[in-house]
Amino acid sequence: MTIKEIQEDIIDEFSMFDDWMQRYEYMIELGKSLPLIEEQYKTDDNLIKGCQSKVWVHAELDGDKLVFTADSDAIITKGIIAILVRAFSNQKPQDIIDADVDFIDEIGLKEHLSPTRANGLVSMIKQLKLYAVAYQTQLK
Amino acid sequence: MIETTLDIQAIRKDFPILQREVNGQPLVYLDNAATSQTPQQVIDTIVDYYQGYNANIHRGVHTLSQEATDAYEVAREKIQKHFNIAHSHEVIFTSGTTQSINLVATGFTSFLKKGDEILVSAMEHHSNIVPWQMLCERTGAVLKVIPMNLEGELVMEEYHNLLSDKTKLVFCNHVSNALGTINPIAEIIQAAHKVGAAVLIDGAQAAAHVKPDLQALDVDFYTVSAHKMCGPTGVGMLYGKEEWLKKLPPYQGGGEMIAEVTFEKTTYADLPHKFEAGTPNICGGIAFGAALDYMNSIGFGAIAQYEDELMQYATEQLLAIDGLKIYGTAAHKTSVISFNIEGVHPYDIGTIVDKLGIAVRTGHHCAQPIMDFYKIPGTVRASFSFYNTKEEVDKLVEGVKRARNMLL
Repeated sequence: MTIKEIQEDIIDEFSMFDDWMQRYEYMIELGKSLPLIEEQYKTDDNLIKGCQSKVWVHAELDGDKLVFTADSDAIITKGIIAILVRAFSNQKPQDIIDADVDFIDEIGLKEHLSPTRANGLVSMIKQLKLYAVAYQTQLK
Repeated sequence: MIETTLDIQAIRKDFPILQREVNGQPLVYLDNAATSQTPQQVIDTIVDYYQGYNANIHRGVHTLSQEATDAYEVAREKIQKHFNIAHSHEVIFTSGTTQSINLVATGFTSFLKKGDEILVSAMEHHSNIVPWQMLCERTGAVLKVIPMNLEGELVMEEYHNLLSDKTKLVFCNHVSNALGTINPIAEIIQAAHKVGAAVLIDGAQAAAHVKPDLQALDVDFYTVSAHKMCGPTGVGMLYGKEEWLKKLPPYQGGGEMIAEVTFEKTTYADLPHKFEAGTPNICGGIAFGAALDYMNSIGFGAIAQYEDELMQYATEQLLAIDGLKIYGTAAHKTSVISFNIEGVHPYDIGTIVDKLGIAVRTGHHCAQPIMDFYKIPGTVRASFSFYNTKEEVDKLVEGVKRARNMLL
């Protein structure tokens, strides 16, 4: 599936929720459901310091595709990370570079991507793109 | 049962912002330690200034300039009277506590030498740590920390042990922003003076709850931000004893702070203007005075008593929640409750209760050393003001319970 298709799927899923409570409960479930990163990658090198919650991101190539794993110490942040990883992981670096994150607005989570929110998510998206640029160069 | 002589519902009508909704819910504003809300009386003062007599001060002969200068200087006298300061020229208008502290820290550069010691408490806001670290870097002085115990109280025995003839400065907040602890500043000041050290007390968190008598305290410097006590942002005061303010060099150069200027030499203006370079926050200063009038019309005794009752009630209710722990349980504290729920990140609780219209602070509250001390990433902090109600405390407790159920 392309990034766009995955994002449309996510928008469809979220459209079933009537209110913020259900959206947040779903994100919290996502956040709780799986370990998103191997412990060995939860290093300071992979740490993005938000003022409020911490985010770890690890990237590695699998063939011509870039695979992301990530984690956070706050569960709502982790839920959003799960959504971002689902949308961007296992894709070609150039597609990741070209993709936008407008779907986050459409699923009602825009406030979490505000640069002033200090939860590390804005920096995380920047980091995903930077990894994509770096690995794109490597693939060439 | 919360008893008070105050008419809280009437007081709430003075604050237009309390009528608004957040996320479709009535606003419950419990972030008063970060900034307090502004009553209509202060808002009117701001509007009157810009509508009626906006002009630059201290230099115009025209009527507007005279009116603005008079109002600004009347505000200075209100501050003087409120804090029981000996002379109005010991009141320096600043942009707030942070600038007040930096003014003193910069000024002390020429007074310190290598090996001198500066004592700072373990529960300081970053704004009362970093300027002193920078001062130490400039001078070779050494920063030493007065430790605190698990309740969030300073270990006074250790403080007395740290004091010596090497101690030149002592810095401590009157009230901790993260924990609410009221520090024993009278004892701190007296003991520091015995070894000849100067004392700066950061009153940012205290001034909204208590009315300190600065002459009785015999403190050398005291700092306040207006926006924590119903005034506007961007204005505050530095109190300094006359002898210190005369000794300290000017902080910034510019207009307003000079007596005579030639290209060869400039002589500086007398106090307080020596430290007030440039056009000040005129409207802010006047509104600061109006904020003091407002709070005094309610009465600091009644405010402190009511806020204490609110805090006691909130403490009991919150502690009934499974796994909830309060950080900062000092015997003397203001209406600040810092807490966490076991297994839950404070950011998550803050996010959920915001959805319910409740404004609390989450994070390290610009006091990372305190969070390191407790080995936690941060806390949720609810801070109460005299315009909050018991019903709002109940909403907070319900919100935290709901967040807990969702998150665990």
